[in-house]
Amino acid sequence: MTDPVVSSGNDPQTVTASHQMGPEAVAVPAARSQWRDVWDQFRTHKGALIGAFVFLGICLFVAIGPWFWPLDPTETNMRARNEGMSWAHPMGTDRLGRDTFARVMAGGRISMAVGLVAMLLSLFLGTLIGVLAGYFKRLDGPLMRLTDMFLALPILPLLLVLVVLFREPLSAAFGIETGIFVLMVTAIGITSWMQTARIVRGDVLALKEREFILAARSIGTPPRRIITRHMLPNVLSPIMVSATLGIATAIITESTLSFLGLGFPPDFPTWGRLLFDAVSFLQSYPMRAVWPGLMISLVVLSINYVGDGLRDALDPRIRGR
Amino acid sequence: MTRPLVEVRDLKMHFPIHAGLLRRQIGAVRAVDGVSFDIREGETLGLVGESGCGKSTCGRAVLRLYDITDGEIVIDGKAIGHEDQNSLRHVRPTMQMVFQDPQASLNPRMTVARIISEPLDEHTKMSGAEKRARVLELMDKVGLNPTFASRYPHEFSGGQRQRIGIARALALNPKFIVCDEPIAALDVSIQAQVVNLLEELQDELGLTYLFISHDLSMVRHIADRVAVMYLGKIAELAPRDDLYAQPLHPYTQALLSAVPEPDPAQSDNQGERIVLRGDVPSPANPPDGCNFCTRCPAVMDVCRRIDPDFREVTPGRYVACHLYDPEHGGTAPEQTGGANPGTAQARTGTYPSTQQGGNP
Repeated sequence: MTDPVVSSGNDPQTVTASHQMGPEAVAVPAARSQWRDVWDQFRTHKGALIGAFVFLGICLFVAIGPWFWPLDPTETNMRARNEGMSWAHPMGTDRLGRDTFARVMAGGRISMAVGLVAMLLSLFLGTLIGVLAGYFKRLDGPLMRLTDMFLALPILPLLLVLVVLFREPLSAAFGIETGIFVLMVTAIGITSWMQTARIVRGDVLALKEREFILAARSIGTPPRRIITRHMLPNVLSPIMVSATLGIATAIITESTLSFLGLGFPPDFPTWGRLLFDAVSFLQSYPMRAVWPGLMISLVVLSINYVGDGLRDALDPRIRGR
Repeated sequence: MTRPLVEVRDLKMHFPIHAGLLRRQIGAVRAVDGVSFDIREGETLGLVGESGCGKSTCGRAVLRLYDITDGEIVIDGKAIGHEDQNSLRHVRPTMQMVFQDPQASLNPRMTVARIISEPLDEHTKMSGAEKRARVLELMDKVGLNPTFASRYPHEFSGGQRQRIGIARALALNPKFIVCDEPIAALDVSIQAQVVNLLEELQDELGLTYLFISHDLSMVRHIADRVAVMYLGKIAELAPRDDLYAQPLHPYTQALLSAVPEPDPAQSDNQGERIVLRGDVPSPANPPDGCNFCTRCPAVMDVCRRIDPDFREVTPGRYVACHLYDPEHGGTAPEQTGGANPGTAQARTGTYPSTQQGGNP
């Protein structure tokens, strides 16, 4: 059976991509690609366009920046401690003489990777559990009680236990950096899916009573394809909102963990660690906290705008207005 | 007489009511409570009744969109009353549905072409080009401009959306279509268009309709036979002309007397309007005996005790009322009108059909 809509179900863009594919093949006169419509609508959203530009800029900055910057983020230089901004050190240096610019770039890699991957994981879990709980009545009770249980768990002690239990085995298995990365992402992912699950469940419950779902059932569409074809595209908006908020939360949670000494080891710079290292010197060297803080804020803000624009662009009812 | 395409026997659809701390079942809403009817091939059966009497539930239950409580449904020789939803998939192409609210019955995020080709995706192995050709053919058939194929439902008017819904229902060449108040959400000029489209399609494709509506004049126009529902049961089922000329059940009489007359000066039933007192009893707690006994103008003692059987009183006419049951002192109605009421009568004229007076 040909079915263009088989997707993993976690990534909103994938869902829409497959769902938008059909019309190109069908339209009679000069079929416009659906993605062109999406792009046209996205372009009209000034904030989204600027947000996308800033976000891509930051991605490039942290991804390829370190190749062009000669200074090593972990190299100490005791003669250049606590310096202010200069051409040699655009963002100054810290109390061990490490170049903040290099550290912000290196930290951004880890922070953004953790943020994105943890967001995807929590989005996947949240959407999966929300859809299952909303669509299948028998699963609703158990899954929502599980969600309540996770919400009721004190997150920090749970993370503590997770880190203590799995840090060594994971570091041994994947190497220290990847091991901690996997641990961080999983820990953040499995402790932050609950809001998404609740929102998605609520929307699915409402959608399930709509007549087009009944129409799909009267056609004989099996539940799995009702979910991928009719449910997911229609719960896209709340998922997008959760996604944009999720990245911010993930970056901040990672910072908290690093601050508590549970995250990456101290010599691995992340934005959160840079921020918290700088907090104790806030009065003498305020700029040292401003730079990583600025980066986190910019990333979160730009993603929020991009998410907003994408949500509008992907909704055919708003598009073209 | 053609064979029945759809046979429904003693169909019951009860929705459980849960309440209390433990969510125990404390009762059931008897939305459909023992309904039996046949629909012959190529015929239109009108199903009328007031809001909440179980018309839509009945239509959906016949298509097995619900897991029915009891009874049997045979469509095209296949008993589907108790099949599970998975094995029903193979029967679905013979039976389709047109929905009441054309806005709500179309997925707002799918283009028209995707909506119409969904049944093809599910049940055929057509290639993309074949599907596209079929979609365009269907759009043409229901009177939609094929250049609209890549538009979204919100870009259409109500009547056009309903045409999309009809095209989707036709995609798999069904034999039987349940029209669940397909015109209720449309304004009058569009109603006529959509009904005429349904009639044309019926003539062209030999479709069989279960036409659910609360619009009595529209049902008079499109239906061959009419079933009147009250509180989950069929009160009366008769060929259209007989029913409108001489309604037997007191409820049908009251219902028909409420149909507005286009020209009150010419109508000869001035002042004969039967006004029912009181409210419809709750389907969760129907009265003992006849469901209509609380409001019936001709109520007898027996009505409050014994539920009347759904009996054939003259050939082709079924009534559930003690007034026509000799056992309880009722009289068989004299046979008037329709010399051969059993056969489906050919429809004549197009909407709006003029009413010829002739109420009781």
